Amino acid sequence: MSLAKITSVSGRGVYVPGNDIDTDRIIPARFMKCVTFDGLGEFVFFDVRHTPEGKPTGHPIDKPQHKGATILLSGANFGCGSSREHAPQAISKAGFKAIIAENFAEIFFGNSTTLGMPCVTAAREDIAKIAAAVEADPQTEVTIDLVKLEARFAGQTVKISQRESARDALVNGRWDAIGELIEGLPTVRATAAGLPYMAA
Amino acid sequence: MPKSLFQKVWDAHSVRKLANGQTQLLIGTHLIHEVTSPQAFGMLRDLGLKVAYPHRTFATVDHIIPTNELVEPYADPLAQAMMDEIRKNCAEFGITFFDRASGKQGVVHIVGPEQGITQPGTTIACGDSHTSTHGAFGAIAFGIGTSQVRDVLATQTMALGALKVRRIEVNGKLRPGVYAKDVILHIIRLTGVNGGTGFAYEYAGSTFDAFTMEERMTVCNMSIEGGARVGYVNPDETTFAYLKDRPYSPKGAEWDAAVERWKSYASDPGATYDDVMKIDAADIAPTVTWGINPGQGISINENVPSPDTATSADDKAGIIEALEYMKLPAGKPIKGTKINVAFLGSCTNGRLSDFREVAKYVKGRKVAAGVKAIAVPGSQIVALQCQKEGIDKVLAEAGFEWRDAGCSMCLAMNPDKLIGDQLCASSSNRNFKGRQGSITGRTILMSPVMVAAAAVTGEVADAREVFHVANN
Ligand code: SF4
Repeated sequence: MSLAKITSVSGRGVYVPGNDIDTDRIIPARFMKCVTFDGLGEFVFFDVRHTPEGKPTGHPIDKPQHKGATILLSGANFGCGSSREHAPQAISKAGFKAIIAENFAEIFFGNSTTLGMPCVTAAREDIAKIAAAVEADPQTEVTIDLVKLEARFAGQTVKISQRESARDALVNGRWDAIGELIEGLPTVRATAAGLPYMAA
Repeated sequence: MPKSLFQKVWDAHSVRKLANGQTQLLIGTHLIHEVTSPQAFGMLRDLGLKVAYPHRTFATVDHIIPTNELVEPYADPLAQAMMDEIRKNCAEFGITFFDRASGKQGVVHIVGPEQGITQPGTTIACGDSHTSTHGAFGAIAFGIGTSQVRDVLATQTMALGALKVRRIEVNGKLRPGVYAKDVILHIIRLTGVNGGTGFAYEYAGSTFDAFTMEERMTVCNMSIEGGARVGYVNPDETTFAYLKDRPYSPKGAEWDAAVERWKSYASDPGATYDDVMKIDAADIAPTVTWGINPGQGISINENVPSPDTATSADDKAGIIEALEYMKLPAGKPIKGTKINVAFLGSCTNGRLSDFREVAKYVKGRKVAAGVKAIAVPGSQIVALQCQKEGIDKVLAEAGFEWRDAGCSMCLAMNPDKLIGDQLCASSSNRNFKGRQGSITGRTILMSPVMVAAAAVTGEVADAREVFHVANN
């Protein structure tokens, strides 16, 4: 299985402020009644984007000037809560290619990486700078450079970081581990043979 | 060198190092349910892959299943479609499926232990964040995403970076009216919802030694709510006694050998930890949440925080957002807050001991007028045992609706949902905005007995007062 080497992601950004944005908020459970991930994109952040009566609330990602944004900016502990891959899938299917936040919940981070959607962290002040730039000019192109570990936008550069194992997997095109895991199957059988509970 | 259980289990299951530095880890036991597995089977088919160890994956249905409708097709065609899908996938790939007809169906984290599938010294994964529950048996149990469900199906392994280990020691005797649920709500209150990021938790100390398996499961279950990926308790005689004679437990000579092996996985005295946290059991009170994440908890006699007492700008914004959503006045007691719904159940507190304890107190009492109270056993086996002991009748006479097994209002993917901004006293594990099925619905997490106290008084109450539990 050959995968793209993801060394950088560029696109317009949109800022969704807040800390502890949990997976229930990213994709409410009722939209998980599905047997494929297709079609989840339109339900991303659904309950924040709509009033209980179903009227749009003017959420940042619905603002006309941010339509087509591919880089999501947010606060701390993004993606906390459940292990549902529906959350990163919904974000990805909504057209996003990468997320910059102060930090991420563990399972969400891993799930996103496996989809080839980099989650990178940056200091709060720096996220605020990028957010200000995209607010001032929604056409601002934001580039997440996973090789230099920096984000560039509107003539400015800020430091970003990412767990090395994820960064390595993305830039070397092995962010989806399945190929490597399959290669390891003979060794898997040897390891399993040493564990009595694995016997058929 | 002395090692922790985490290190021993990790080492025994490490297949090899991957190019990015992660470990290919053997997952001995794989549990699946209907919500996060169909896409994984789809990916498997797309890639033309088979299930590597079909006898090591076990399936059940819990999330979408209606708890007051036994006959199929279900009224909700989407729920029926998911039911059909998991049946089809299990049949096609040769996976054991605890369907309703088996009498063993239930919430996946209740079924595994009940069947003796959850065993010490093993690695377990399930496409569900509360998989940490199984750590109560001294297993390393991970909640995983759907792509990893695919990985485990195809290879019985997944790619993972090692975790640090934090030992959380709770010592002493819990005060009367204080439960395992209060212990974990207290811990999460102390660490915050992301204090456990990057850690596996080892729960220890005399409080845990004295706990039953069900109590240990309640604590391990909510490890994820504090950000920890994994939570476990070292296996001991309590663990072995629970597992003896379960359907999937080893039998005869194999049992003895297994117990010896299981013992060897327990953390060595002198093992080193990346962090240690100590808590005095006597400091823990019945705890309830007031906000929109499980870390926003207070003891029943405290006041809801006020933005003025915030320790940082973030904290302040968090308090304002939570109070606004919860419609609670700042700085006022949580006690006395009117409730609309009482929910007993979930993988945190939907076990036999939970219903037994509640029945003890609600016997002869009535659910307050205007309160909708539902009791949902975590599995068909729990339901059956409750019926044998007459617990279902006690609860029904008190005014609880007694339901069939499932996740129900814990996440409301089935028809059990809050309506509008109803406030629910809930024995479940998450109080996120909209968690219980209404986008303005409100949840207060608490122990089952506290839910019972709220149900009979119609307000958030101190169960020790309501049920005259001596507070010595
Ligand atoms: S009971 Fe709740 S937390 Fe547990 S598996 Fe079901 S939905 Fe998830």
